[in-house]
Amino acid sequence: MTTDVDAAPPSSPPKKEKEDSFLSLFLKNLWSANTVTVTVLSIFLALVIGAVLIVVSDSAVLAKFSYFTSRPSDALTASWDLVSQAYADLFKGSIFDPEAFAAWIDGTGTWQAALNPISETLTYATPLVFTGLSVAIAFRGGLFNIGGQGQAVIGCVLGGVAGFAFDLPPGLHLIVALLFGLIGGALWGFLPGLLKGRTGAHEVITTIMLNYVATLFLGWLILQKGVQDPDRTDAISKAIRSSAELPALPSPLRVHLGIVLAVLVTAGVAWLINRSSFGFELRAVGANPPAARTAGMSVARTYTLLMVVAGGLAGLGGAVQVLGTADKLTAQVAGNIGFDGLLVALLGRNKPWGTLLAAILYGALRAGGNLMQVDVGISLELVTVLQALIVIFIAAPALVKTIFHLRAARAARLGASLAKGW
Amino acid sequence: MLSHQGEIPLRLELRGITKRFGDLVANDHIDITVEPGEVHALLGENGAGKSTLMNQLYGLLQPDEGEILVDGEAKVFRTPRDAIAAGIGMVHQHFMLVPVFTVAENIALGAEDVRGGPLGILDRRRNRRDVLATSEKYGLPVDPDALVENLPVGAQQRVEIVKALTRDVDLLILDEPTAVLTPQETDELLTVMRSLAETGKSIVFITHKLREVKAIADRITVIRRGRTVGVASPDTSEDELAAMMVGREVSLEVSKSPAEPGREVLKISGLIVDDDRGVRAVDRVDLTVRAGEVLGIAGVQGNGQTELVEAIVGLRGIRAGRLELDNESLADMGTKKILRSGVGYIPEDRSHDGVVKEFSVAENLVLDMYDRPPFGNAFKLNPKAVSENAGERVEQFDIRTSSADHAVSTLSGGNQQKVVVAREMSRPLRLMIASQPTRGVDVGSVEFIHNQIIHERDNGTAVLVVSSELDEVVGLADRIAVMYRGRILATVSPDMPREEIGLLMAGITSAPAEEEETE
Repeated sequence: MTTDVDAAPPSSPPKKEKEDSFLSLFLKNLWSANTVTVTVLSIFLALVIGAVLIVVSDSAVLAKFSYFTSRPSDALTASWDLVSQAYADLFKGSIFDPEAFAAWIDGTGTWQAALNPISETLTYATPLVFTGLSVAIAFRGGLFNIGGQGQAVIGCVLGGVAGFAFDLPPGLHLIVALLFGLIGGALWGFLPGLLKGRTGAHEVITTIMLNYVATLFLGWLILQKGVQDPDRTDAISKAIRSSAELPALPSPLRVHLGIVLAVLVTAGVAWLINRSSFGFELRAVGANPPAARTAGMSVARTYTLLMVVAGGLAGLGGAVQVLGTADKLTAQVAGNIGFDGLLVALLGRNKPWGTLLAAILYGALRAGGNLMQVDVGISLELVTVLQALIVIFIAAPALVKTIFHLRAARAARLGASLAKGW
Repeated sequence: MLSHQGEIPLRLELRGITKRFGDLVANDHIDITVEPGEVHALLGENGAGKSTLMNQLYGLLQPDEGEILVDGEAKVFRTPRDAIAAGIGMVHQHFMLVPVFTVAENIALGAEDVRGGPLGILDRRRNRRDVLATSEKYGLPVDPDALVENLPVGAQQRVEIVKALTRDVDLLILDEPTAVLTPQETDELLTVMRSLAETGKSIVFITHKLREVKAIADRITVIRRGRTVGVASPDTSEDELAAMMVGREVSLEVSKSPAEPGREVLKISGLIVDDDRGVRAVDRVDLTVRAGEVLGIAGVQGNGQTELVEAIVGLRGIRAGRLELDNESLADMGTKKILRSGVGYIPEDRSHDGVVKEFSVAENLVLDMYDRPPFGNAFKLNPKAVSENAGERVEQFDIRTSSADHAVSTLSGGNQQKVVVAREMSRPLRLMIASQPTRGVDVGSVEFIHNQIIHERDNGTAVLVVSSELDEVVGLADRIAVMYRGRILATVSPDMPREEIGLLMAGITSAPAEEEETE
């Protein structure tokens, strides 16, 4: 094979004489691989694969595929019905249920029922905003805070204990309990931060270890006298006094003031990262520690302070979970909010407002998944699979770009930032 | 693997090579002919399109137009494997070696000698023998059993060259091979290139260093902004070559008036500093830098200059000795305080220590003053002042960028360095430390940076310049301290013959340094 210059060059660029119309420019920009497009397409791809899983895991529908060649319409209709109902439930359970809304309008239902989906979504999202921000801000400073879980657990413990042990006037009690959670998480972040700054001990290792310590400490604590509910024999603590509870909408709605706090904290973190002197330091240290040191910044001090802030955020998330949703300490009170925070930060690309949106998406999937399980009997684990798939696609932007033939524009650099964590 | 047949000379011709990246034309109809046994220099500034061109020749990129002829026959290289098969080898600027492998393993990598089919075992012994044979044949001493990570840069480069030669190539592309080398290593490399050419191999030598081009090349092709601007012979003067590269007249001489030294600003006495491994790097150094003079430190890299400078700015602890700025001790002061007491610092490794590449130009311009008015305070930043400052500095220091909000990584090396220079010079200074101030910087920017350094001197600042390029030290300095193995061997005048300074840099002090000054 030889190339021939006289023959048409294989990839000569098109002549750009005409101005592109606004629409084509818009479409071009949309289709080039910016991070928003990749995120949206990742969610779409995850839903497609999720649909396949829904069909495969339903034996009734699967049975119809056994005679697919003779009557394909049976299998296809059944699959479509199942998938569309599942995804409709996902939507109805998390955002808006037209039937409940219509019932409220014509007087047969309550407004609480109409607002319940959104309320559930925000309830699940609230703690994730805090733990997500905790991971995101640490990441911007070059630290991989796997310890969000442990920090949130300590936040739960201190917030919860302050919630039932103290007797303070309403309002003040709530603030004190939230501060206890914040300080507990900050302390749990301070340790790995100090170790990293002073001795270089890798924060991934130390925070994972502290996760175990925190979880086991919680398990021990709720069986102790003075903490355990005297009327119970199992591992459950006394209930939080009502003076320390986060004000919520009337029952059965569960959404509470925590979501407002979450939005305020998001704005605060955004300001801290982008507009404060400490934010400048942490971004410089995160991007290039030697250059930050050469410019006179103290890398050790920045790491320590950063982990204090990150831990405080996660601790606040734990306290909000106890004071807003759980009402008492159990071994599972923090659920998985710390680890989900990692994925939320990843999905939000370590940007504060992105993290807020990602947390709401996670909350929506969780809330919708509940209805999906009740209504069509699809296991809640499918939602976990969906969440995992979304994260996989986001973490591998090249894969999404190949599937959709996106222009290689300013690509999502997440792969690189992920690798940097280690 | 090894060439057992005689050397077959190879004649290479590039015709009308054009490569576009989007709207950018990186190579615009470039024609080059490399004759057998020729050392052909490809000269051009950073970003002129030299590496793009060579990557097409080596099969890493495919040209949009044009053809590559080897011995008159048009070839298409889809991968480096095709290029190697056609007899073309390349040594990259950044070495492609596995640090934890031995030399022999690195050389075998990708073309392993295997006994017993594709799933057989490595024939390490034959591999080792081949390495030794090649090494001996071309006079390139390498130790096949040494681990690459333990080798100095010059030796690693020899490994790369031996690796290319064992692939039986007849044309060797060397991409900026001297950028990382000491003067001695550079001289050795030039000798190796000459002897390779004598055995009939052709060499394409990519560089932007004029002295080396003139010393070694048989013919010089100059590229500017993706186009061939001319073919020159080594007789062409450096000034003419520089003008061809840059597209305008440039002055390679630093023009300056005699210094008017004032008070002693920086006083160093009996300074002892250890390097990262705890080995003594600076050994009882005494130095004085006066206001309004440039003290140059000449020396082959790795003789303690880095540690000396890091100790002055507080980035490295000192073992013993005194460091004083206007009679105030700098020891235990901390980098931030030292910088703020009127010390400007241009670090030797720009991308490692000088800039945060992800940050915008504006942010990098305040990297060490972000929490001081007007740019901010201990609590918050003042984005307006930061961006106003950026506008002024971009103008004043001729930083070529379409917007100060763009990341520094989008700038050329020279312009990144101007960002560092602008940052460090835009506050009142008592002492200015410039370490390798023009490394990896294009010719046009070198002139500008040198003028800025002299300008700072004329304003009464004490200036300390460290450079492994003797030309630079001689051009800038009013006094030269030669550093060797952590010690200052002598302080001499820049008028001293280059050869004598060169001997001092090699640690030879037998000739008494007549012009040594008394402090």
